[in-house]
Parts: sequence; structure tokens; C-alpha cells
Amino acid sequence: MKNMTEINAAGLENRDRRHFLKSSALLTGVLTATSVLGLLAPSLSWALPLQHLDQADADAVLALAKTLYPHKDLPDAVYALVVKELDVYAGDAEGRNFVTKGVAALNAKASGHFSKVSRAGQRRAVATLIDDGFVQKVRSTCVTGLYNNDMAFAHFGYEGEAFSKGGYVHRGFNDLSWLPAPPSEASPALKS
Amino acid sequence: MVQFAKDDDTVVVIVGSGAGGGTLANELCQKGVNVVLLEAGKRQSSATFINDEWPSFKQLAWLDTRTTSGSWRIARDFPNLPSWICKTVGGTTTHWAGASLRFHDYEFKTRTTYGGIKGANVMDWPLSLDELEPYYARAEDKMGVTRTNDIPGLPGNNNFKIMYSGATKVGYKTCHTGRMAINSRPRAGRGRCLQLGFCFQGCKSGAKWSTLYTEIPAAEATGKLELRTEAHVARIEHDAAGKANAVVYFDADGKEQRQKARVVCVAGNSIETPRLLLMSASAKYPDGLANSSGQVGRNYMRHTTGSVYAYFRDPVHFYRGTVMAGVITDEVPNNPKRGFVGGYEFETISLGLPFYAAFLDPGAWGSKFATFMDHYKSTAGMWIVGEDLAQKSNRITLNSMVKDQYGLPVPNVHYDDHPNDVAMREHAYKQGEAIYRAVGALDVIRTPPYPSTHNLGTCRMSEKASDGVCNKHGQTHDIPNLFISDGSQFTSGGAANPTLTIVSLAIRQAEYIAEQLAARSL
Repeated sequence: MKNMTEINAAGLENRDRRHFLKSSALLTGVLTATSVLGLLAPSLSWALPLQHLDQADADAVLALAKTLYPHKDLPDAVYALVVKELDVYAGDAEGRNFVTKGVAALNAKASGHFSKVSRAGQRRAVATLIDDGFVQKVRSTCVTGLYNNDMAFAHFGYEGEAFSKGGYVHRGFNDLSWLPAPPSEASPALKS
Repeated sequence: MVQFAKDDDTVVVIVGSGAGGGTLANELCQKGVNVVLLEAGKRQSSATFINDEWPSFKQLAWLDTRTTSGSWRIARDFPNLPSWICKTVGGTTTHWAGASLRFHDYEFKTRTTYGGIKGANVMDWPLSLDELEPYYARAEDKMGVTRTNDIPGLPGNNNFKIMYSGATKVGYKTCHTGRMAINSRPRAGRGRCLQLGFCFQGCKSGAKWSTLYTEIPAAEATGKLELRTEAHVARIEHDAAGKANAVVYFDADGKEQRQKARVVCVAGNSIETPRLLLMSASAKYPDGLANSSGQVGRNYMRHTTGSVYAYFRDPVHFYRGTVMAGVITDEVPNNPKRGFVGGYEFETISLGLPFYAAFLDPGAWGSKFATFMDHYKSTAGMWIVGEDLAQKSNRITLNSMVKDQYGLPVPNVHYDDHPNDVAMREHAYKQGEAIYRAVGALDVIRTPPYPSTHNLGTCRMSEKASDGVCNKHGQTHDIPNLFISDGSQFTSGGAANPTLTIVSLAIRQAEYIAEQLAARSL
């Protein structure tokens, strides 16, 4: 893990260090000090300045990502990466309109601001609108965005690139000890 | 490096540099035959391979547009990505995981063994295991397959430990770390497996056999091979008598080139190979080359696959080490009492976090999916490889409504599961779940088939010219100097990963072509 630059490389910033005068909206959060990311990040507080989405739409996209993929303790900092991608998508009028209309449909279905209704209300609204183009856009952005970054790797326990570390041949490829080891006919010892 | 003139009509032109084409090229060059090898992709190396799933996919995969139809779930989840194969020197031998199993005797005689099956187009190969056995032996030696030629098996990883314990508990007897074309110790100038866990992304240690760094450099060293990369073949031409005489392709600059040929061998994998024959239609061959039987593009097979993943209380780290770290073969023999003909094997599988998310249950959302992702670190996985039955209507056709970057019609891949395939997959899912439950799985999930890596059968071998496209040497029935040199030749798919058989057929085909050239029969 490239820990010093981790949070910054992901596009989130230490909110104590910057001013966000030109941003259209701001997502902020605080990592739990004892979480994997909290231990690795240079600062516990983070902020994501957005350029195109307004605050209500940004909050709605964040809530939608969390409703679609409701991980027990995945920090908002990772979900914020999905909002960042949608913010880029909203960079032209067509994209902006797509997001605004999509959020409006979610709000209508939830009978209120989607980001503020109950979890159950959010799930119901998404279940009804799951085939909607906007919901699918956010869903597919989640699949490629939530799980393909160093923060997610650290959180879910995937070690990523292995060649520069010599692979796992001496780093635990067969370190599982809660089952008996297979006999050598089935699984011969490592050959030098 | 040797260069042949475009109007040199004495060369053998091979289309595709993977398991079939790359092997055939080397075997021919070793016999003194001049070869022009055309590869649509670029040349990578162990040094340029990437241990990162999405960037590697962009580097190696065949991403030209394709379309799909039929009731298979791929048409819904990945409508423009029916297969996961490669466009790069070495073809899909860069991506394969190394499993190298032979077909069994009866798997060459499926019509005789299984009988006629409604809705299926099952046929015996015009070739027997006896005939192929010496070539299997040569292929295993060439590829350095473990548990053959006194090569030790690979050590099993954590994913294998779970498979082995579970398999033993449910009563299976044949579970081990497989016959793998991955060096368990240094061999043939290549090092030992480093247990990187990135077999699918191109092996950065070079321990896994790939034509990229074995067959192709060996062929180049003979001075008989000219490899042309980024050469995308558009059509094969023929003379007035109907014999193939040239291959037309687009070079790296998109310029059309024409290479004359004495013999043409097509090894573009089972989607591009029939597409090329169909795109080569002429006044003399209005239905495409070698298609008097009407079978070009038909009988597309892709194995009855699927995966079972499970998570446990304690850590597994299944992504560490070889992707296909072990195999269970108890369900391979044909036993119709199970409710289907043919058989299947299990192999361990692992995916990195990005691809696990993409393939676990495409389109899914909500708490079940999220819970499986939450337990990634304590997850184990296995893949099902079973024989699917050939059907005439499962086929590659030209989609004239959609054009590729050269203005050529893209291939459409149509596939419907046969009831036999569905029954087999159901049986395999249940057995796979039982294996993991037996060792304490907290939950299990049935993952649907991935985009196909085993694409087979679309230019099948047949005894009679009216039943298929080529004979038992891969020589097309209609055009004697046109050969099929990849998995398209398969008459049936077997319960085995196809690469070893493709390589064995290529070695055998090279012998035949060299003999025919020497005898001036070609």
C-alpha cells in the first residue's frame, strides 16, 4: 500500500489543507481511527470537492451507491469515488441532465429526498427503479469503481500486484492452517 | 529476422499465433518450411504483462465488437463480450491457466457412446485416442506438463487445501494439483512458478507455457518464420481452380496487404476462424470457404461452465498462488444415471477483487452480493468444466448490421443451453456446494458462466464431407490447401480444457502438411 499518498491518489483530499472555492459541492467524512484505512491514511478527515453536481444530487448518488452495495463498514471515502466518476460524467449538459433526472425519479419514488429517507425506503425505491438507466449507470460504476482501488483492496483484504514482491511462493500461498494439509501425492512439496 | 516477399507463393501462411497457430508455426519451421505468421495483436512479454486485472484485460483481451443472441445469460450480462480470449502474440496461451488434461477414448466417440440425442448434433470424431496419443505425449513434453515426463506436481495453495478437504469428505477419490503446463521446477529455460496469482494476466515469471516465449522464439531461431504483428486478416482468396492462394489483411497502419500463399492455416479461435471463412465468400464459394456442408460456424461449443464460491469463518486468501491450483476428476466419466450424458471436472479458480466484483453475479445488487464481497478474504472458489453438446443452431454468423473498425461485419455468437447442459450444470453446482459445505462454508453462491474461454467446434472434423468442415488432419474437405488449426476443429468438447488437445492436433497437422509438401500434394 502506497500509504502516504493513498487517499490523495484516489482523488480525495485532506480537507484541512485546501480551500474549495470553485467546487459545486463537497463530500466530506472521517475515517474510523482503528479501521484499516484509518490506520493507513495520512489524515482521518477527507473531502471530495465536486465540479458539476450540486450538493443534493451528490448526496443522492452517494446514498444510491450505498443502497446498491450496502457494505457493513466500508468507509464513505470509497463510495465517494463513485460520486467522483458521476461528477465527471455530469461534465456536459447531457450528462448533467441525465443525473438530475435520475435523482428526481429516485426522489419521487422515495417520496422525499432519496438521501434522507430511511434505509428501507431507499431499498424499495431502488428495487422499483433497478432497470432505470441512471440507476444502472450508477450500479455499473460501482462494480468497476468501488472494488478497483487501493482503498478497497486494503479494506477487503486483497493484496493486488504480486510480482515485485516475488509472488506468494514465500509469502503465504499455502499458509492456511485450519484444515489438515493434503497428502504429498495430491499436493507435493515446493521444489527448489 | 527473415522477411518473405508478399508475392512469394511458396510460404505457408498461418492466421493466429496461439496454441494452434503458434505451435503449428514452430513445428513447420523445425521441418524447414517457410512460414508467415499473421497475428492481429501486438507483441507483449513477461516484462510488459501487468499484475492488475482491468489494465491487463485492456492489454491482452480481444475487445473488437461482437454481438450475441440466444438464451444464454452472457447475452444479457455481456452482450458484446461473448468470449474472454486474447488479441496478442501468443493468443489465449497468454491468458490460459495451464490445465492440460487429455480427452478420454469415449470422448472421441460421443455419438457411439451417448447415442442420438434430441436437439443435439453429436458426432464421433474421425480420429481416435490411439491415433492422438503419441502427439499428446509430445505436447506434454513440449509444454512441460506436471505429473507427466517425471515432472512433479505443483504445491497446492490455500484454495486447493479447501477443495481437497471438501472433496475427500464428500467421497471423491481423484483430487490433486492437476496436470499443469506450469513449471514446478525450472525446465526448458524457464523458471519455477512464483505463485503470483495472476495466471490470467500473462505469466510474469514465464513459468506457465505460452507460445509467446516458447514456440514462437524457437521458430524465429530457425530463420524460417516471419511473424507479422497487428496484421488483422480480412479474407482468404483462391485461384480459378478453387485453391487458396492469398491472405488479405490490414496492417498496423490500416493499409490493406496481400500475402500470397501455398498453404493457408486458420487458427483465429472458434469465433474468428469461421468468421474469416464466411467473410471470404466468392462467386465460386458463395456460402464462404470450405462450407459445402453448411457447417462452418455451426456446432459452437463453450463448455458447460459455472463457478461455486463459498466463504468461511477463517481466512483463505484464495487469490494467492496458481489460479487453477487443483482438479477433481471423479465426475468426468460418462454416467447417464446422473441424468445427463458426458461429464465434468472441477478446478479451483480465484479472481482478484475487481474481477470478483464484476463476475460474481453480474447485475446483482443488495445485501447478499455485498456480504459475499465483505468476505472476500475468507473465500474459496471452483470452476466447472463440462462437456456441452454440439447443436446446429449454436453458431457464429456475420452480423452485417454492425461493422468493426475495418468496416467488416462483426461475428454474432448465438448460444442456447441444451437440456443436457442445464442438467449437468445443476448437478455440478450441487456437488460443488456440498464440497464447500462439508468443510464449514458459511454461505455458497452459484456464479454463472463467464465470457467463454473455451470456444470450440465451429469448423468441426468429420469423416464425411457432408457432415463437417475438415478431415482428421484439419484439412478442409473442400479446399485441400486450406487447414483449420485451432479448437474450431473439435467434433465434441470433452470434459477437459482444450489447449493440450489443440497443441497435440497442431503437432500432428504439421507432420501431415510437411509430408504433403514434400510429396508435392499441396
